[in-house]
Amino acid sequence: MFTPATEAILIPLIPFLLFGIIGLAGRRLPEIFSAFLGIGGILASLLFSLHLSVSYFSEPVQGAFVLKEFFSFPWLNFSENLKISIGLVADPISMLMVVVICSVSLMVQWFSLTYMKGEERFQMYYAFLSLFTGSMLGLVLSSNIFQMYIFWELVGVSSFLLIGFYFQKPSAVAASKKAFIVTRFADLGFLIGILLLSYETQTMEFKGILDYFKSGNFNPEVSGIWMSHSLAAWALVLIFVGAAGKSAMFPLHIWLPDAMEGPTPVSALIHAATMVVAGVFLVGRLFPVYSLFEGVMQLVTWIGVLSSILAAIIAISQTDIKRVLAYSTLSQIGYMMFALGVAGKAGAEAGFTASFFHLFTHAFFKSLLFLAAGAIIHAVHSNEVENMGGLRKQMPIVHWLFLIGCLAISGVPPFSGFFSKEEILLNAWKSQPLVYGFALIGSGLTAFYMFRLFFLVFYNKSHSDVHGHESMGLNFPMLLLAIPAVFAGFVPFSSYVTSTGLPEETHLHLMFSIAPVGIGLLGIGLAYLFYFKQNSLPEQWASKLSGLYKLSRGKFYFDELWRAVYQIGLIRALATPAAWIDKNLVDGGLRMGAEKTLRLGDRVKLIQNGKLQDYVLYFLMGILALILLTLLMIQS
Amino acid sequence: MNQELLTPLLILSAFLFFTGVYGFVTRRNMISMLMSAELMLNSANINFVAFNKFLYPGKLDGMFFTLFIITIAAAEAALAIAIIIHVYRQTKSIDVKDADQLI
Amino acid sequence: MESQSVLFYLISGLTAFSALLAVTASQLFRSAIYLLFSLIGIAAIYFMLDQDFIAAVQIIVYVGGIVVLIIFSIFLTQDSGVEMRKSEWWRIAASGMAALSGFLLTALGLVEYNFVTQSDNLVTGGVKELGRALLSLNAGGYVLPFEMVGLLLLAAMIGCIVIAVKLKELPEGKENIQ
Repeated sequence: MFTPATEAILIPLIPFLLFGIIGLAGRRLPEIFSAFLGIGGILASLLFSLHLSVSYFSEPVQGAFVLKEFFSFPWLNFSENLKISIGLVADPISMLMVVVICSVSLMVQWFSLTYMKGEERFQMYYAFLSLFTGSMLGLVLSSNIFQMYIFWELVGVSSFLLIGFYFQKPSAVAASKKAFIVTRFADLGFLIGILLLSYETQTMEFKGILDYFKSGNFNPEVSGIWMSHSLAAWALVLIFVGAAGKSAMFPLHIWLPDAMEGPTPVSALIHAATMVVAGVFLVGRLFPVYSLFEGVMQLVTWIGVLSSILAAIIAISQTDIKRVLAYSTLSQIGYMMFALGVAGKAGAEAGFTASFFHLFTHAFFKSLLFLAAGAIIHAVHSNEVENMGGLRKQMPIVHWLFLIGCLAISGVPPFSGFFSKEEILLNAWKSQPLVYGFALIGSGLTAFYMFRLFFLVFYNKSHSDVHGHESMGLNFPMLLLAIPAVFAGFVPFSSYVTSTGLPEETHLHLMFSIAPVGIGLLGIGLAYLFYFKQNSLPEQWASKLSGLYKLSRGKFYFDELWRAVYQIGLIRALATPAAWIDKNLVDGGLRMGAEKTLRLGDRVKLIQNGKLQDYVLYFLMGILALILLTLLMIQS
Repeated sequence: MNQELLTPLLILSAFLFFTGVYGFVTRRNMISMLMSAELMLNSANINFVAFNKFLYPGKLDGMFFTLFIITIAAAEAALAIAIIIHVYRQTKSIDVKDADQLI
Repeated sequence: MESQSVLFYLISGLTAFSALLAVTASQLFRSAIYLLFSLIGIAAIYFMLDQDFIAAVQIIVYVGGIVVLIIFSIFLTQDSGVEMRKSEWWRIAASGMAALSGFLLTALGLVEYNFVTQSDNLVTGGVKELGRALLSLNAGGYVLPFEMVGLLLLAAMIGCIVIAVKLKELPEGKENIQ
């Protein structure tokens, strides 16, 4: 019916059009109608993307899945070497992302139908969701890095709009600003990186960039070396800064926990499943280039490890249900990052597959968890776990769904998280045992904090004043999400998504999985001991490990650190002198210029004095000067 | 008249013209400025007649230009004097320096 | 040097001299008289150029009309014997320099330039000839400019009356409708 190129255009175009329609119509559209428009549009996009990816994966080129360009036409021709085009491409990871984005977005929009009911700006909510979905789809399908950057910023804007959706709340406004500024700051690095990389490769196209490095044209000596690393390496580091900003890697993670001020379905869509993995996607897109640079890969690895461990530690002591999930998201994205990082080593190439496998499974179980949290918040009208507890009886279905999510994230077989995490750990072991060690600890922590949350919410002390209730409108999308959360692990992922594009076989190493599963179960057991029934164990351990506990509660004081950097570095070192310069030099210069002009005007206006004879004299002299000039010109 | 006198005639005309210019710029009296303007017009007339006479003897255009200039000069003088009298009524002076406002 | 040339130089000198006095004389009335002499000198030159009609018009219009008008207006606006106020020295110097250099430049150009004169055996500029051409409708006829000048004179006449007419003092409360 449609050619693949048409389908590829329609996939991001439909949500964009719907954003225009719903956004412009605003309140003139009935709530339910705009919601169904959004849902219908994303359903169409999902169908197209399913069809597109099926057709893509069924037609490998010489047995491999390569970057396939649907179309590309020149847009901006700046110069001979700097051309920017617009186009859409398909490769395994973008096909994967398209399906994930559309399906999660569909579930979230469906869920929001009930969750956001009666909201003041219901129509705008759906418009923003459509905008976000469209930009995210455009991001993953972009054929060149500059176009990707445009969609990258669009995604940032729609995230800003959705975080600040409840703009009556000052905290939401602050959070949206924080998210925007932090990611924008990181995007500056991304932009510089793009420019450096395109300077090096003379192209913006992904295909061109990958071919350039594949062909062996790259010579660090020619391209220039700064601080013993080549230009291209620095470009990749800067691009990684952008990726780290969007994916909330330490130390640029500070915006993500605050972003939980937005509506919970938004957190499920943007801050769990799609936008925050854009950084992983970006590194994955340029993976063949990244893997050439050992040092950059080390940076990616260790930033990922740091994020996964620190976020897990912070998550243990948080009491806001959404923040726990936010930190767990951070931690899991850390896993994806370092899985990409370790994939640079020979023998561990499957880390690439593992990373995207985890991205795939994580999208489902984390959005499931978020939506479940949304359902709980919808029932309890509070984010604090202290106000919950004992909800198992009131919300049995949500309880089971949440349990599925927790088991999946903790890597308990046979849930989806087990398979993907297993593969990450395996490749970490093959590459760097130290990373493996950290990952193992992180895995235990994950199990612990997730089940801590689970027990605190559904067991522990119960509140008689809380009347939880369930509704099918909320449960049904979650049930649909639970299916992939359980079974996504059985997808033969490595036959589709690999770093080389060639299908590979992976096998489960039963002996190997003993340790991670064991440590996961240990974490669950500990959480059971601590939190299943109300007891004094948590307090005792908190006082025993008071130093660590304080660090964890205080989120390792990253916010304070950034604030200090901001106040000292930006305000005192930059803004204050800049203000002084602006006030004294710029303004002063301007004022002086104005004054001088006035004075000059005072003098010049004497020429125009209304005295006829003066005019005649000037006229005469002018004519004589002209005659002399003409004569001189004739002479010469 | 001798044809060699063309150049002296033109030099006389130039002298009259620049005398008029000098008078127009230095004289503060408006009537005196009008007289200077008349001098300039006359110098142009001499040129017209001289050129017609010595360079294009068969034609009459120079003559007609002279005639029309004289006519227009008459009209101009009449208007100028009307204006001068009007200004004199306003400012009680015919000094051009006193007439520097657009009343 | 033939007598005609001598006469020409004599008349030219007088004309130029009286023109110079006309713009430098300190009394306005004298200045007008010098202008009169200068204009008569120019008329004499026209006579020497065999342009009798133009010479006559010059005397009738300029000498008999304009100069008389000027003298009248001098009497109207100021006492004739009063010395005129002098301009600032820098203005006199500047305009003198400008006029002198302009004159020298022009004179130099005229002397340098080689005019190709034509013999003027045929005498043109007779009243009859001029009159025919003035009212001729053929090519080279001047009937249209003639009519236009007539119109211009009419307009100038009306303009002079409008500008110079002395307004009656109207009784209070009545607008001056000019």
